[in-house]
Amino acid sequence: MGAMFRSEEMALCQLFIQPEAAYTSVSELGEAGSVQFRDLNPDVNAFQRKFVNEVRRCDEMERKLRYIEAEVHKDGVHVPQVKEPPRAPNPREIIDLEAHLEKTENEILELSHNAVNLKQNYLELTELRHVLEKTEAFFLAQEEIGMDSLTKSLISDEAGQQQATRGRLGFVAGVVQRERVPAFERMLWRISRGNVFLRRTDLDKPLEDPATGNEIYKTVFVAFFQGEQLKSRIKKVCAGFHASLYPCPPSNSERQDMVKGVRTRLEDLNMVLNQTRDHRQRVLVSVAKELASWSIMVRKMKAIYHTLNLFNMDVTKKCLIGECWVPTADLPNVQKALVDGSNACGSSIPSFLNCIETDEEPPTFNRTNKFTHGFQNLIDAYGVASYRECNPALYTIITFPFLFAVMFGDLGHGMIMALFGGWMVVKEVSLAAKKSNNEIWNIFFAGRYIILLMGCFSMYTGLVYNDIFSKSMNIFGSTWFVPYDNATLTSNAAMTLDPKDAFINVPYFIGIDPIWQTADNKIIFLNSYKMKLSIIFGVIHMIFGVCMSVVNYNFFKRRYSIFLEFIPQIVFLCLLFLYMVFMMFYKWVAYSVFSEEEAFTQGCAPSVLILFINMMLYSSTTPEGGCKEFMFESQGTIQTVFLLIALCCIPIMLLGKPLYLLSASKKSKHVKPENSNGNVNQGIEMQDQTDISEVEQKPQAAASHSHEDEPFSEIMIHQAIHTIEYVLSTISHTASYLRLWALSLAHAELSEVLWNMVLKFGLQDHGYVGAVKLYVAFCFWALFTLAILVMMEGLSAFLHTLRLHWVEFMSKFYSGLGYIFQPFCFKTILEQEDRDD
Amino acid sequence: MVFVLCGPKLSLCGLILSVWGIIQLTLMGVFYYIRAVALLEDLPLDPNVHELDLFIGEVESGYTQNAHNCWIAALLYVITLVISGHQFWMNNRSSVSM
Repeated sequence: MGAMFRSEEMALCQLFIQPEAAYTSVSELGEAGSVQFRDLNPDVNAFQRKFVNEVRRCDEMERKLRYIEAEVHKDGVHVPQVKEPPRAPNPREIIDLEAHLEKTENEILELSHNAVNLKQNYLELTELRHVLEKTEAFFLAQEEIGMDSLTKSLISDEAGQQQATRGRLGFVAGVVQRERVPAFERMLWRISRGNVFLRRTDLDKPLEDPATGNEIYKTVFVAFFQGEQLKSRIKKVCAGFHASLYPCPPSNSERQDMVKGVRTRLEDLNMVLNQTRDHRQRVLVSVAKELASWSIMVRKMKAIYHTLNLFNMDVTKKCLIGECWVPTADLPNVQKALVDGSNACGSSIPSFLNCIETDEEPPTFNRTNKFTHGFQNLIDAYGVASYRECNPALYTIITFPFLFAVMFGDLGHGMIMALFGGWMVVKEVSLAAKKSNNEIWNIFFAGRYIILLMGCFSMYTGLVYNDIFSKSMNIFGSTWFVPYDNATLTSNAAMTLDPKDAFINVPYFIGIDPIWQTADNKIIFLNSYKMKLSIIFGVIHMIFGVCMSVVNYNFFKRRYSIFLEFIPQIVFLCLLFLYMVFMMFYKWVAYSVFSEEEAFTQGCAPSVLILFINMMLYSSTTPEGGCKEFMFESQGTIQTVFLLIALCCIPIMLLGKPLYLLSASKKSKHVKPENSNGNVNQGIEMQDQTDISEVEQKPQAAASHSHEDEPFSEIMIHQAIHTIEYVLSTISHTASYLRLWALSLAHAELSEVLWNMVLKFGLQDHGYVGAVKLYVAFCFWALFTLAILVMMEGLSAFLHTLRLHWVEFMSKFYSGLGYIFQPFCFKTILEQEDRDD
Repeated sequence: MVFVLCGPKLSLCGLILSVWGIIQLTLMGVFYYIRAVALLEDLPLDPNVHELDLFIGEVESGYTQNAHNCWIAALLYVITLVISGHQFWMNNRSSVSM
């Protein structure tokens, strides 16, 4: 009990651990996850710490694991999830693991290296084959022309000379990337001044780049030229364009032989490649099975060594000393973890734990479960509670969904939201197992209980507002009836229902009478009703917030603040605004159409707002004939007294606390020096010398009376700011609660407009065509209902509720200056890293 | 896999929409049938009719007509439900077999 009421008590402990047992003990503590270590060597840089080598080894192993993982993913091998996360390996297993990782990495490295080589070979051979096959056509054409010229030259006399020139007609064949071809061609043309004859043809199928596995498109070319000089130039150009050149025999039969040879070699190579691939697959599959558990083990090890780096070495180097924050409730667990840790390594000397006293503010730790976690997050988002401060999250569980529902009141929309939240809660386990990277989904899922509660509360307020998709339901029977006869009804376009004749003086069973849905003045009536509701809820909420401050004052031993701050504050709030709420209720009760007395009939009811303004400004309005200005006897006098008392509270708020502190510090001035002498970190040693009562008093004084040390002017300025803020904020915050009415009005009107503009389209037909129209209209109506009314309006109502809690409620008592308790816990470390990936 | 017309998301959307449509339109049909006053505003009425009997007759026929239209639309959503359910099933099966 009381776990949510305020944060848990924390103790600063010193751990004394034998170096041999350190690793196993910290591992146990990490599994338990209930201590937060403090850095004992903050000025030592990261490279000079004790366990740097171990951390480096872990880093190296992590790198290897990342490499292996990348290879596994590249081949699309499925990595199975671990069911039970393995514990951190003990030091002997670490060496095995390291060796194993080393071996696997080398194996994979070698395999991929070989594969790349083989693929390179394969690529070259394929290119050669293509060159041979494609150039076939060029050469055939060439030879035909050649034959022609040959026969010609045979006829002519200069045959020998021609032969000589023809003999020097050389060629170069090769493959170049397709996108480089135009530039390549132009370059060849330029260097040879048009004397190179280039034939090319594109390869139909893309080739595979051996290193990256990407597809590349290439083109086969043959360049014919004359002269050695040109040849060397062409070769240079080819090298510049990364074109690979292949030897190509000029005669047809040689080429045929070569193609055959290349083909057989390709087949052989293909077989080898397949075998390599199979082998690689086998290795990767066997590694993939262990991969997840290895990476968890390595990450745990690394976390342990990082933690050990925060420890201090004893002077004698016989033991490691660590300091940590522990929730007092978890102390036995920590003790047990330490014992387990030293047993695990067979150490004869037990580790021990020593709680030390400190002046430091401990971290704030609220133990939450899956239900309260979401609500605690809402509060922590504003500011983490100061240590042991009253925790507003407890009350938020109810007030948050309720205030949301006041703005979101619609039975239908509430039901949609509740169904969505309920589905997430029911399917919680399977949905949580499916880790998603969708941020919006993760936010919804984390707040599933909030959504469920908001939905349920909205259904309730929807019932009270009698709104379901902007329509009312006559469940309990309307208590109004039509008193007019048919003749009157046919002759008038609109009629007023006087409650005297048309109302049976019994209110509708719950919520608003459904008759209001058809009334023309529905909005006017609902506005007045919802405005009053929001002020009533707002004032109650704020009074509750102010009362919470008592719990804090009492706990932090600032009892004087109860008299000097709380009482004037609450009196101020109650006499002005609770009184206004009282007037609302009194007006509802006292005035009625059925009233006997003339002054209490419906026409005479005074406006609460005018009465309140008159009270503040000391003015008055003359009532109409037969009515009274005030609602009850001597209301005017009471109001004047209330206002005067409220005004008297302001100077008490302003001056009370500073003056009290001033006099208190004067009194205690003589005692002070002795007190501050004991104010050393190791308070234990001083305990024998100083008075016990003083020692007990000191930490509390230091923790709570931070103001006491400040000079008077500072205190005065603080208090003046607080007072002005409080007085102004009671007025502005009360007005701020009117957002409950405004959003509720907007929501109701929007849903009515949507119904009338979209769904009504399908309901306006005399024939059966209307059914199809309705089918289409309903589809759009449903989509807009979800997108605008549930999602968008829901989000806006959520934000306004959040503001009402953070600003209007929590400003009354919550300081939120603490820092969160972040225990050393493997589970959170692993989850964190998974999220980063 | 000739019958897979829409993806898993669209078929799920159709599934939810048609379940909602069936429930709400059937209920609305019932409410029209029992002449719920809240739905009077949506009836197709002629503003120029001032005879009481004529007016009542028109309201009656409007209620019946709208009740029928709602149920027919609900039936159309039953068809949508069957189609999107089939699509959903096909999508699920194809993802399992892969």
